[in-house]
Amino acid sequence: MADIFAYEFMRNAFAATTIVAIVAGAIGYFLVLRGEAFAGHALAHVGFPGATGAALIGIPPLAGLVAFTVLAGLGISLLGQRANRDVAIGIVLTLSLGLGLLFLHFYTAYAGMATGLLFGNVLGISQQTVWILFGMAIVTLAGLAVISRPLLFASLQPELAEARGVSLQRLSSLFMLIVALATAEAIQIVGVLLVFSLMVAPAAAALRLGRHFLTGFGLAIGLAVAIGWASLVLAYFTDWPTSFWITGLGGLIYLLSLLRRV
Amino acid sequence: MSAVVFDRVTVSHGGAPVLSEVSLSVAPGEFVGVLGPNGAGKTTMMRAILGLIPVAAGRINVLGAPPRRGNAAIGYVPQFRHLQPPACISGETLLLNSTRGERWGLAAPSRDDHAAVAHALERIGATEIARRPINRLSGGERQRLYIAQALLGAPKLMLLDEPLISLDPARQRAIVELVRKIAHELGIAVLFSAHEVNPLLGAIDKVLYLGAGHAAIGTIDEVVNETVLSTLYRTKVRVLRSDGHIFVLAEDGVLDGHGHHPDHEGQIYEG
Repeated sequence: MADIFAYEFMRNAFAATTIVAIVAGAIGYFLVLRGEAFAGHALAHVGFPGATGAALIGIPPLAGLVAFTVLAGLGISLLGQRANRDVAIGIVLTLSLGLGLLFLHFYTAYAGMATGLLFGNVLGISQQTVWILFGMAIVTLAGLAVISRPLLFASLQPELAEARGVSLQRLSSLFMLIVALATAEAIQIVGVLLVFSLMVAPAAAALRLGRHFLTGFGLAIGLAVAIGWASLVLAYFTDWPTSFWITGLGGLIYLLSLLRRV
Repeated sequence: MSAVVFDRVTVSHGGAPVLSEVSLSVAPGEFVGVLGPNGAGKTTMMRAILGLIPVAAGRINVLGAPPRRGNAAIGYVPQFRHLQPPACISGETLLLNSTRGERWGLAAPSRDDHAAVAHALERIGATEIARRPINRLSGGERQRLYIAQALLGAPKLMLLDEPLISLDPARQRAIVELVRKIAHELGIAVLFSAHEVNPLLGAIDKVLYLGAGHAAIGTIDEVVNETVLSTLYRTKVRVLRSDGHIFVLAEDGVLDGHGHHPDHEGQIYEG
């Protein structure tokens, strides 16, 4: 068991997973509470052409990923005012995957990139990426800390929050930007297609179990971290993909949470 | 200083006037029942008082000042729509977060928040209710929680939008009595909207009927009569009094606010 940390790629994987799971659990709690889980899913998809497009023009894929998810976060919050939000998100989602496909079509040098982006490649994370993720996590969590009180109020009682002077639209846009950053981070671990597993499953279980905000919020983070660590250990011993274990354990924990009557 | 003054106020929604040239005045500590069919402008009027929608013409004065969003002197209970899907958090959490809910910062409640919430819950007798998850509360329990929440900022005016919806008659009476008692003790003026006047009889000081963009305000005897209501609704309205109840009947069903509400079946044409 101790020699699991003998490899640098395992140490990096544990560090990255811990950082990202904390962010995903924290942001995921609010995402599920607001009923906006699919916005997170769509933002992740938009990251796909961002990363492949960046690779195509020779800049780091992570930079393209962040730029695209953040722009999409703004786009969703602006579009959502006028159009049906479900439709807006659906259109952005399919358009993104199509665009990513086009970029991959031109970028033939590195075929393995698509799998890594779509399903995650936590064992391939460099130490430099760990530091970048750490920096992004600080920004994301600081942003959430500043807006968390009005965000919780507006999520639970929007009419009342509006009457008390909360700008629902501005708050929603700020939150979408934070979700965009968190999504870009989660993609590093579980990939574009499986962001749900780390952002939504632990938070949804925690929301069913926690009666108080701090209990539920802490539980969402704790479950996400526990799922991440357990998945790395299981992947190490079984040689099955880490992302598989994260989705499996996330689903299992959510199922177990359903046993509690709410 | 009046709690609320409307001076020939017109409020439009999507181009059409919902209230047109409405004038009225509510004194401090006065308990006013707000009645009228669906779409008569009860919610619109409250939103205008809260500063959430601008007036197209005229002037509103709330506690001596023009309406402004975030006025801490107003306690508000919005019409209950639906609970968010994961609503298993406790009522206490709901209230703790809303004490300073409009300010930026961490969602963690302070010691002052705890004290304020405990005080408001005790006043309403909802301390035990607040420990349970909100999705396991009955309609009446949930309203008590929201009324406690509306008291948090020590308001001088409370706006309650249809708090009696989907409650049985006994619980309706209990909520009305609770609001009357608290408002009287704390000197709070109350606008309390409802579908029918009967649960409010004996508790309210004045009644405000809204219809066709216009308003009639006064005591029950001044307003709930055939002359005033027929003029307001521009149709022949009959008012019957029997056994301490008032029945308002309109021939073409203009006062029929309940027909579409499954909760109110059997009460069609009651004012």
